[in-house]
Amino acid sequence: MSEVVARQVRVAPPNGWSVLRRNRAAMVSLVFLIGLVLAALIIPLFLNDHIKQSTEDSFFKPNTTSTDGTRYHLLGTDVNGQDMFFRLLTGARVSLGVGLVAAAVSLIIGTIYGMVSGYAGGRVDGWMMRFVDILYSIPRILFVMIFISAFDGYFKDGLDAMRLWSQESHWVWLEKITRTLIPYSRILILIISLGLVEWLTMARIVRGQVLVIKELPFVTASRAMGQRWWKILWLHLWPNLSTIILTYLTLTIPAVILDESFLSFLGLGIEDPAASWGSLLKDGAQVINPLDSKWWLLLFPAVLMSASLLALNFLGDGLRDAFDPRSSDG
Amino acid sequence: MPAFILRRFFTSLLVLLFVVSLTFVLSRSQKGGPFEKEKLSEKAKAEKERIYQLDGPVWWQTYRYLKKIIVHGNPGVSLRYTNLTVAEILEQKMPNSLKLGACAFLIASIGGISLGFAAAMRKDSLLDVSSMFFAMGAISIPTFITGPLLIAVFGLWLQWLPIGGWGNVQQLILPSVCLALPFLAYVARLIRNSLLEVMNQNYMRTAKAKGLDEITAVARHALKVALLPVITYLGPMAAYVLTGSFIIESVFNISGAGSVFVNAIQNRDCFLLCGAVSIYSALLIFFNFIVDILYGLLDKRIKLYV
Repeated sequence: MSEVVARQVRVAPPNGWSVLRRNRAAMVSLVFLIGLVLAALIIPLFLNDHIKQSTEDSFFKPNTTSTDGTRYHLLGTDVNGQDMFFRLLTGARVSLGVGLVAAAVSLIIGTIYGMVSGYAGGRVDGWMMRFVDILYSIPRILFVMIFISAFDGYFKDGLDAMRLWSQESHWVWLEKITRTLIPYSRILILIISLGLVEWLTMARIVRGQVLVIKELPFVTASRAMGQRWWKILWLHLWPNLSTIILTYLTLTIPAVILDESFLSFLGLGIEDPAASWGSLLKDGAQVINPLDSKWWLLLFPAVLMSASLLALNFLGDGLRDAFDPRSSDG
Repeated sequence: MPAFILRRFFTSLLVLLFVVSLTFVLSRSQKGGPFEKEKLSEKAKAEKERIYQLDGPVWWQTYRYLKKIIVHGNPGVSLRYTNLTVAEILEQKMPNSLKLGACAFLIASIGGISLGFAAAMRKDSLLDVSSMFFAMGAISIPTFITGPLLIAVFGLWLQWLPIGGWGNVQQLILPSVCLALPFLAYVARLIRNSLLEVMNQNYMRTAKAKGLDEITAVARHALKVALLPVITYLGPMAAYVLTGSFIIESVFNISGAGSVFVNAIQNRDCFLLCGAVSIYSALLIFFNFIVDILYGLLDKRIKLYV
């Protein structure tokens, strides 16, 4: 009897969450990320209002106070006298927000594409995956650049037209929303275009999983009972894919953040007054010279950004070890 | 095989045509045309658009542009640097970027394979753990952080390598290593994981049972299979290396194609942009084609389709 129990225990697959909980690097990363998100969301609310705008305190060193003593700069200031600590936290909001939302957009596209391709199988599957292969071989980030510059103007005009229209028809709330959105229109279009190019890996992974799951008896039974294909996808395949999708979502976020910082560093991404880690690093790199190094403008964003990306990748790796142990992808 | 090559060649041409026309349409539908900044009168602007064949609806412009490229082999002139043709600008800037990219590509693939191989052979040793941690760092940290860091360490502090300039081999080392690092790390992780998986296979046990030592067994039976995921990654990697070099060029002050792209987008210089995009895409499509053939030769189980 005890032998049977022992065998059952061995046969039961290890629970992914407990595997994850034993992975120390992933748990440390998770705690760090939660702390970072909370800090980015909460701390700016309590900061002194004086330091939230550009001041005359140009290039103050870290841990200094302005001449009249009202403004304390923990991490120094940049050329426009903007406080680095505040910029770093709002930059974290933008970078992480862009990463999360664009990864979610890519998740939706990739999951639907992969599920349909895998479930359809045969010739349709072959063509759909060939299309993904082709897209893989094109320098996608170039298209993000072109896409952003092509639609940025129209997008801004559209928002402005909406603002004017809501002003005319006295819809105060809509006017308020559009007015706050206009400076961030570049970010919105960035999110959309990054989401549109980052879904390829997700589609491949999901398709691979669907190919396995759709042959399982419960799916066949469901099909035999006359269930429609989209209901099978939604009721039977989707729940079985959720952990894999969560894993690759975690790995897509750092990829998107890297892409965003790439664009911002080249001056095609986030524009002032909004900031992201990439644009902060670009500003820091522009004023650096060996004689008078303004090291704090580079060091703090670089450290925070590297730490966050490392944490996201460690967490994603931990999730993959826990839920997708067979994957040999790097 | 010849049928496959022929068919793949024609689909590649179609893809290239599609990519170029998409780029042209997108860059032509930007708000404010290429002559916006020059403050021309309405009539002068229309005249200029007529000269450059940029008048009329977008599809008509695209048709004439494609016809010019395909029939006459002429990618046009730059709208911004009016005394230079697109071919001249690209001829001047492209070789630097390609040289940098090719060096980085070689460093990434050779270095990555050796590092991953070493890590897999000594699994769970200090070498394995530390190199995998290093790989994770290299993947996570963007090149515009590692670039200045490498300059500071090897250029300013140790003074082993020049910090700038372009031309000789020493000046090439830092930028290409910096560009290669994340891809090297990715390849190392790929090859380590796939080697570890292959070494658990039954045929590896058989190979050892018949008396082969570890290294020979791996070299003869495991490496070929373990290389397959790396070969599939080479295609996308080439694309990332080429675009990644934009950042490296700006960090190391190299005059390459990155600035051409960025300026062409910002100046709405559609002919220059399309020329650059078509060269990049043609290179990558050709490269992927080679990779596919290589893959088919290495793995006999793969059936080549389309």
